[in-house]
Amino acid sequence: MLIFELSRPGRKNLAQAPAAKPEANDIPAHLRRGDKPLLPEVSEMDAVRHYTRLSQKNFSIDTHFYPLGSCTMKYNPRGANQHAMLPQFLARHPLASEATGQGVLACLYELQEMLKDVTGMAGVSLTPMAGAQGEFAGVAMIRAYHVSRNDVARTEMLVPDAAHGTNPASAVMCGYTVREIPTDRDGNVDLEALRAAVGPQTAGLMLTNPSTLGVFEKNIREMQQIVHQAGGLTYYDGANLNAILGRVKPGDMGFDVIHVNLHKTFSTPHGGGGPGSGPVGVSERLLPFLPIPIIAFESGRYRLVTEKDLPQSIGRLSGFMGNTGVLLRAYSYARMLGAEGMRRVADFATLNANYLMAELSKAGFDIAFPQRRASHEFIVTLKGLKEQTGVSAMDVAKRLLDKGFHAPTTYFPMLVPECLLIEPTETESKQTLDAFIAALKEILDEAHANPELVKTAPHTMPVRRLDDVKAARELDLVWKKA
Amino acid sequence: MSIPGDLKYTKSHEWTRSEADGTVTVGITHHAQELLGDMVYVETPAVGRQLAAGEECAVVESVKAASDVYAPVAGEVIAVNADVVDAPEKINQDAYAAWMFKIKPSNPDDLSGLLAASAYQALVESEAH
Repeated sequence: MLIFELSRPGRKNLAQAPAAKPEANDIPAHLRRGDKPLLPEVSEMDAVRHYTRLSQKNFSIDTHFYPLGSCTMKYNPRGANQHAMLPQFLARHPLASEATGQGVLACLYELQEMLKDVTGMAGVSLTPMAGAQGEFAGVAMIRAYHVSRNDVARTEMLVPDAAHGTNPASAVMCGYTVREIPTDRDGNVDLEALRAAVGPQTAGLMLTNPSTLGVFEKNIREMQQIVHQAGGLTYYDGANLNAILGRVKPGDMGFDVIHVNLHKTFSTPHGGGGPGSGPVGVSERLLPFLPIPIIAFESGRYRLVTEKDLPQSIGRLSGFMGNTGVLLRAYSYARMLGAEGMRRVADFATLNANYLMAELSKAGFDIAFPQRRASHEFIVTLKGLKEQTGVSAMDVAKRLLDKGFHAPTTYFPMLVPECLLIEPTETESKQTLDAFIAALKEILDEAHANPELVKTAPHTMPVRRLDDVKAARELDLVWKKA
Repeated sequence: MSIPGDLKYTKSHEWTRSEADGTVTVGITHHAQELLGDMVYVETPAVGRQLAAGEECAVVESVKAASDVYAPVAGEVIAVNADVVDAPEKINQDAYAAWMFKIKPSNPDDLSGLLAASAYQALVESEAH
């Protein structure tokens, strides 16, 4: 039921309040609209109930375990939210002077420095307002670097097939053609293929690590050598740092650029369109190209570094200082954790993933890379189950909804057939993980005993199995008055 | 797994059939459609377009993913199958009947670089983790 279907002509929000004629005398007559906008006309109670009911039909991290690999809804501590909502932060005008904004600038500066430390990079800019914008900024800096050296014949960006799906798009947006590098049997980048692919046309390599196969790349030193010797730069997609936080630094691994998704690893909400935040970190040689503004701390004062200080900067990615509210949440969370807490994030993200992987393997599930330790996530392949019972990864995912769990990512990465990509995160208790394992075991038994039950799931949700093929083939996105 | 012996294949999962008139008919393999799942959209190249070998020239989109289709050999597009554009599910129903486009190869010798059914079978098996 859409709210438009509840609409009754003339119904007012404040039902019993005397109707007041709105006056807009200060707007010139020719600029005022003559007819009313087509908004639903419902009572206040109808509007409140409509949206509350919709929210109750949703799965969310506040209501369910949500082990969505690669793009997991993670921890959004209320404390971080509370700090960022202080009226002094909320009410600050972005054009207010630096002198009156020393507090907020100090927070952002400290976040910038903490991210530098945790990534091991020489400089960080907080301004990218999403992961995709962080990637764009990173590749734009690689391009600016090559152009500044008049090294303009580099047209190709190397992207392993186990990278985040956004990497090729970011490279193309920066004017590069993408060359895909295959994965070897153990889930690492195929070094021979990488060697064969590099050359004077190579602008760089974009590595997602841990990759979308849920494993930590084993041959980073060799990859760095191969790409750097060819004159390319290396990019670390740090969208998800949970497995390495405080334990390994991409800067120490020799990377030239990294982007970090604060909305994944540093507590801030995501999904539903953001707001996100994708700070970029760079090695020494890319410092001149960082997007502005950056925060500097000089003679006891904080100030914004602009194009005057950094004439080679790739420029501004937003009108002001990125998504400041999101940055403040991440700052607050990073301060709560400290260095010790960050290491614990990595330890428990990895421990929880490996515990789930080991228990599901014992329960009879096929692990895609059983010879490898999981990072923050791992892959189960249901190819065997589908061949034996006809029950697919999608069926198992739908049946999980009946058992009270949001489904893991299905059919991604495409390198593994019938896959579930599972990321439990560091914030789930052992009891929750055990309940999830028990639910998957039950589904495995059901798949053998009564495959129809699983194939027709979900059975207890507000809507049953949706016809996603029909929805895609006959797109119908606009509500029309009956 | 269905891999007809009379066709030639590419590493990127296209099938090709050499016709008597020297043209080459191209589609995506049964294995490819199985991986992609239910097709919802197909885009074919323009007739008359000159393709380089390995060039992206068509798109298949399923409920899971959008994938490029590559030209198996260099040549000119001489025909496209409007039926699969209208009804993408035909690729799922019979991948080898649902051809996508026909090429007139620039150099007929290029066809010898394509994979035989046995080699494609081995490729598919090696890709299954």
